[in-house]
Amino acid sequence: LVEVLAGVVVITSKEAVQHQGISLTMEGLVNLQLSSKSVGVFEAFYNSVKPIQLISSNIEVAKPGKVPGGKTEIPFEFPLQAKGNKMLYETYHGVFVNIQYTLRCDMRRPLLAKDLSKTCEFMLHCQPQKSKVQPTPVDFTITPETLQNVKERTSLPKFVIRGHLDATNCVITQPLTGELVVESSEVAIKSIELQLVRVETCGCAEGYARDATEIQNIQIAEGDVCHGLPIPIYMVFPRLFTCPTLETTNFKVEFEVNVVIVLHDDHLITENFPLKLCRV
Amino acid sequence: MLETRFHSIALYSVFFRHARVRKYGAELQRCRLDAVPVDLGDYHPLKPITVTDSRSRRGGRKGSTSSSSSSSSSVAPDPLSSMLEGTDPLSLFAAASASETPTLSHSSSSVELGRKRRENEEEVGADFEPWSAKRGEILARFTTTEKLSINLFMGSDKNKASSPSSAVSEKVRTRLEELDDLEEGSQRELLNLSQQDYVNRIEELNQSLKEAWSSDQKVKALKIVIQCSKLLSDTSVIQFYPSKFVLITDILDTFGRLVYERIWSMCSDPRPIPDSFSVEDVNDTAKETCLNWFFKIASIRELIPRLYVEAAILKCNRFLNKTGIQETLPRLTAMIRGIGDPLVAVYARAYLCRVGMEVAPHLKDSLNKNFFDLLASFRQIHGDTVQNQLVIQRVEIPVYLTLYSPAIHWILQCVAYRAPDVLLTEMMERCKKLGNNALLLNSVMWAFRPEFVAARATDFIGMIKDCDEAGFPKHLLFGSLGRSLACADPPESERLPILNEAWKVITKVRSPQDYINCAEIWVEFTCRHFTKREVNTVLADIIKHMTPDRAFEDAYPQLQSVMKKILTYFHNFSVLFSMEKFLPFLDMFQKDSVRVEVCKSIMEVFIKHQQEPTRDPVILNALLHVCKTMHDSVNALTVEDEKRSLALLINGFIRMVSFGRDFEQQLSFCVEARATFCNLEPVIIQLIHTVNQLAMETRRVMGGSHSRKTAAFVRACAAYSFITIPSLTSIFSRLHLYLLSGQVALANQCLSQADAFLKAAVSVLPEVPRTISVEGKQRSSEAFLLDFINSFLSTLLVVPDHPEQGVLYLVRGLLNMVQDYTWEDNSDAKVRVYISALPLLAAMSQESYLYTIPKVDSNETLYGGDPKFVAEISRLCETLIGQVLDHLKTLGREEGVRRQGSLAFSLFSTLLAHGDLRNNKLNQLAVNLWNLSHKNGHCDTRTSVRTLEHIKQQAQQPELSHLSDMLLRLSLQSRA
Repeated sequence: LVEVLAGVVVITSKEAVQHQGISLTMEGLVNLQLSSKSVGVFEAFYNSVKPIQLISSNIEVAKPGKVPGGKTEIPFEFPLQAKGNKMLYETYHGVFVNIQYTLRCDMRRPLLAKDLSKTCEFMLHCQPQKSKVQPTPVDFTITPETLQNVKERTSLPKFVIRGHLDATNCVITQPLTGELVVESSEVAIKSIELQLVRVETCGCAEGYARDATEIQNIQIAEGDVCHGLPIPIYMVFPRLFTCPTLETTNFKVEFEVNVVIVLHDDHLITENFPLKLCRV
Repeated sequence: MLETRFHSIALYSVFFRHARVRKYGAELQRCRLDAVPVDLGDYHPLKPITVTDSRSRRGGRKGSTSSSSSSSSSVAPDPLSSMLEGTDPLSLFAAASASETPTLSHSSSSVELGRKRRENEEEVGADFEPWSAKRGEILARFTTTEKLSINLFMGSDKNKASSPSSAVSEKVRTRLEELDDLEEGSQRELLNLSQQDYVNRIEELNQSLKEAWSSDQKVKALKIVIQCSKLLSDTSVIQFYPSKFVLITDILDTFGRLVYERIWSMCSDPRPIPDSFSVEDVNDTAKETCLNWFFKIASIRELIPRLYVEAAILKCNRFLNKTGIQETLPRLTAMIRGIGDPLVAVYARAYLCRVGMEVAPHLKDSLNKNFFDLLASFRQIHGDTVQNQLVIQRVEIPVYLTLYSPAIHWILQCVAYRAPDVLLTEMMERCKKLGNNALLLNSVMWAFRPEFVAARATDFIGMIKDCDEAGFPKHLLFGSLGRSLACADPPESERLPILNEAWKVITKVRSPQDYINCAEIWVEFTCRHFTKREVNTVLADIIKHMTPDRAFEDAYPQLQSVMKKILTYFHNFSVLFSMEKFLPFLDMFQKDSVRVEVCKSIMEVFIKHQQEPTRDPVILNALLHVCKTMHDSVNALTVEDEKRSLALLINGFIRMVSFGRDFEQQLSFCVEARATFCNLEPVIIQLIHTVNQLAMETRRVMGGSHSRKTAAFVRACAAYSFITIPSLTSIFSRLHLYLLSGQVALANQCLSQADAFLKAAVSVLPEVPRTISVEGKQRSSEAFLLDFINSFLSTLLVVPDHPEQGVLYLVRGLLNMVQDYTWEDNSDAKVRVYISALPLLAAMSQESYLYTIPKVDSNETLYGGDPKFVAEISRLCETLIGQVLDHLKTLGREEGVRRQGSLAFSLFSTLLAHGDLRNNKLNQLAVNLWNLSHKNGHCDTRTSVRTLEHIKQQAQQPELSHLSDMLLRLSLQSRA
C-alpha cells in the first residue's frame, strides 16, 4: 500500500498568463552536516557529507499554453514511493541531521518574463512501527555517591533524590512522565529541569561524528521545594524537533533526557536517561 | 354714573334687612335622604363583616344584619388576604421564572434542554461568592509604600538581523526561545515604581495584550502573558504579592477568554455552535489551532508561566476531547508541588481552583487534592528559606501569615461549597494534626458553612487556644469564629462558655484597632443570645479599651457598627437605657457628624419599634439627650433636607411621650422641649399641636365643664401656644396655629384668650407676602390666604363680641385688614372675600345659629336678635356690596368682562342662598346680576342650567314659592 501526496496547484491572476509548461517536483532529502566540534572548522566547511536523496519525482501538470484569468486549480497526486532500496524517514529538523520533504512548483515563462517558482515543505509521519511498546520504566536515586565526573566528592553537600520515569521507550505523541522526590538536601534547591537532548551521529568515509545538543529545557521545580513530596515529571515531545529514534547506515538520530538539579550554591547535578521514541 | 351707583346702593341696602330667615334644623331634615337609619355604633365600612350564625338564632326573631345577638360569629375572610394566601400568583410566577431563567438564558433548542438541566446542577449557584467580590477587597487591603520593579524581556521591537546560520534548525530554534526568554531581545527593567505606577503598568500590559491580539500578533500576545505571569514568581515586596496576583490574573483571564473566543469563532464558521458543543462539532482547523496553543505553552521553559498560562486556557480543552479538563486539572494540581515558595504556590493553587470552579465546578476531586497538597507542603511556611527572606524584607511573621489568607480562604471556599459534612470534618481533622495551623484554622472558620462551624464552636475555641502565640494573631482567629457565630447558632448550652472564652482573649488584645475589629464582630453574638447584663459588660469592656489616648477617634466605623447591632437586637428602650454603659458608650462618639448619625439611628429604631406612648423617665431623659444632640447639630449651614429629617425624628419622639392623666407634667415637658428644640420650626409646631391636644384632652376628661384647677390649666396651655407661635417664621404656620389655638381656647371657654389669638391672627394678616416659596418654587400666596380667611370667617360666627369693644369688631377688623392689604394687581381676591363675608353676616342675623360651642354664649344669646345689632349687620353689608359693585363696574370698563361675569354670578348665588328674595327690590337685583353674568356669554351654561333647576326645586316649598315668579325672569342665553 502506497500513500499518495495529493492536492491542487492554484494559479490566481487578473488576466490570462502565457507559459511554457508548469511542473511539480517532489523531493525528499537527508542533509548531513559535520560539526566543527567533531572535525575542525575547515573540514566541517568542506567535508559536508553529500545529501541523501530519499525520493524524487517530477511531473508536468500543464503543457505550454495559456492559463485563463481568475483562479485556476489543477489537481495532482504523487505516489510516496522511496527511491530504489531506500526507506522514507519521518520529517525531522535537527542541527546536524535534517530530513525534509519539499514540493516545488515551477512555471516556465517565455522570454523577458521570469520563471515562477514556489516551494513548500510537507511533513511525513512514519506509519506505526510496532503494535506494542514495552514501556520499560526506570527508577533512579541520586546521591553524591552515585555521581560520576566529580572532582572533589567531599565538597559536595549531602542530598538524596529519588524518582522514576514511567517509560524510557516512549510513544512520541505521549508525554514523558514520572515522578521525583527530594528526600533530603543540605543545600536548598534552586531549580529542577528536564533537558531533552538529541544525539545525532553522521557516518562517512573518514569516520563518524556524534553530537548531543539540547532541544528544549523544561523546568519542573522552582525554588526550595517541599521535601518528601513527589513532584511530577512531565514533558511533551515537541513536534518537528523529535522523531522516532532512527538508525541507518549513514546516520543516527537518538534522544536522551537529562534530569538537571541546580542547587542554591550553583552545583549542577545531572542524571542522564537514553530514550527510545517510537510511533504507535 | 354717580346716579346709577347711588341707585344700586339704595337698592341693595334693603337686602340684609330682608335676609332670609333660616330654620337650620328643618332644612337639615329636609336635605337628608330618606335613608334607612344606620346604627353608627355598629356599622363601619372598614370593620370586618360579621356573619350571623343562623343556628344560634331563635326562630321568629328577625334582627338586623349587624347582629350583636349571635353568640358565635365568625369573621369572614378578608378578601385581600385570602387572595394572597399561599398561592399568591405574583410570587408563584416569580418562583417559576426564577427556576427557569438559568435554562432559558442560554438554551436555544428544546432538544438541548434536557441536557442543560443536568448541567445546571453542576453549575455554581448564586450562593457561591464569586472572585470578583474578593478582588477589590484584596487590592484595598494589601498595599505597600515600597518601590516595586517590573522586569520584562519583551521582543516587541526586535528586528535583529537573524545571523545567517548554516543549519536551518537554528532559526527555528530561536523562534522557540523567543517564546520564552528572549534574553537577547529588548530587555526592559522598570525600577522604582510606586504602587500606583505598578498598577498602571500592568494595565498598560493588559491593553497592549488586547491590541496585539486584535492586530493578529498572537505570538506577541502570548509573550506578554508569559512575561506577566513570570512576575508572579517574584516575591520581593512580599506584602504586595496578593494584589499583584489579582492584577496579573486579570490579564490571564483576558488572555484565556481571547483564545477561547477565537477558537470558538473558528468552529462556528457556517453557523454558530451551541454553548454546550461536543468535540464532534469542532472542525479540524480549529482543533489544530487549539493543539498548537497547547504545544506552544508546553514548551515554555519556566514552571510558573507554563502553569499559569495553561490554566488560563484550560477551558479550551473542550475543543480537543471530552476528558481534557478532567485530566488536565489533576496534572496542573500536581505541577504546583514544584513551586518551592509556599506563598507563590498557594496563590497558584487559588488560581487553579478559581479556573476550575469556573470551567468545571463538578470536578471536586482536584479542588480537594489542591487542599491536601497545601496541607502536605504546609511546613514550608516555617522553613528556613522563607524565614531568611522575611528577615531580609523586614516583615513580621504575623503580617506574613495574613498574606496567605485570601488564597486559602478562596481554596477552602471552593472546597467547602456544597460539600458534605463528612468531608468538612475530615478536612478539619487534617488541619488539626498539623502544627502551627492557626492560619488554616482561620480559613476553615472563614470559608466553611457557618452552621458547621457553630456546631463545633467549642472545639474551635480549644484549637485556637492551642495555637502558637507568636504566629497568626489570635484576635483574627476569634474574629473569624465570631463571624460564623453571627450567622449561625451554636448549641444553647455552649453559648455562655463560648462567650466567656472568647472575651477572655479579646480583652487581652493590646492594640485598640485590633481589639475593636474583633469586639465589633462578637457584639452581634452577644446581642443575639444574651441579655442586657452581658451586653452591658461587653460595652464596659469596649469603653475601657477605647478610651485611653482617645483611641475611639480612629474606630468610629466599628463603634457605629456595634451600635447598629445593639439596636437591631434591643428594641425595648427601657431595657436599652437601663444598661449602665449605654450612654457612656454613646459619649464615645465625639465627632459631631458621627454623633448625629448615631443619634439618628437610635431615633429611627425608637420610632419604628416603640408601640405605646411612654413616660418612663429613663427613656425620656436619655432620648431627650439624644434629640438635643441632633438638634444642636443644626447650624446655618445645615441643608433643608437634613433639618427636615431631624425634625421628623424629634417629632416622632414627642408624639410618643405621654404622661397619661398627669397633664401638668406633660405641659412642663413641652415647655422643656420648646427650650431644647428652639431651632427646628417643625418641632415647635408639633409642640403647639401637642399642647392644644392636651387642652382638648383635659376638656374631654372634664366632660366639657372645667373645674377651677383645670380652667387654670387650659389657660396655661393657651398661654403656652400664645407665646410660642410668634417665634415661628413661616407666616402661614403662624396664622393657622393662631386660628387653631383660638378655636381650642374657645372650646375651653377661655374667651379672652381666644380673642387674643384671633386678634393676633388678624394683626398678622398684613404681613403675608404676595408670594411664598412652596417646595423651592415661588408661588402666589393668594389662594392660601383666601383659604385661611374663609375658615377664619366661619370661626367668627361663634366668637362672642368683646364687651368692651364695638359690635362685630373682629369681623370689622378682618375686613379692614382685607381692605388695606396690598392685593395683587388685577385680582378679584378682595371682592371674593367680601362676597364670602356675606353668608357669615347672614348667618349672624339668624335667631339661632347654625352651630355653637357648648357653654359659650355666642352673639345670638348676647344680643338676642336686638334690632340695633341687625341694623349694624345690615350697614356692614351695604358697605360690602357697595365695594363689590364698584369693582364690578371697573371690570365692565376694562377687559375684565369674563371676571365680571363670574363675580356677578357668585354674588347672585349668595343672594339666592342667603337673601330674602320676596323683597321685590332684592329680587330685581338678583335678576340684574343674573343678566349681568350672562351678558357677555362667558358663563358656564351647565352651571346655569343646574342653578335654574335648583331654583325650580326650591320653589316647590311653600315658603319659597316666590322663586317661581323670579324663575320666569331668568333667561338662559346661549353663548354669543
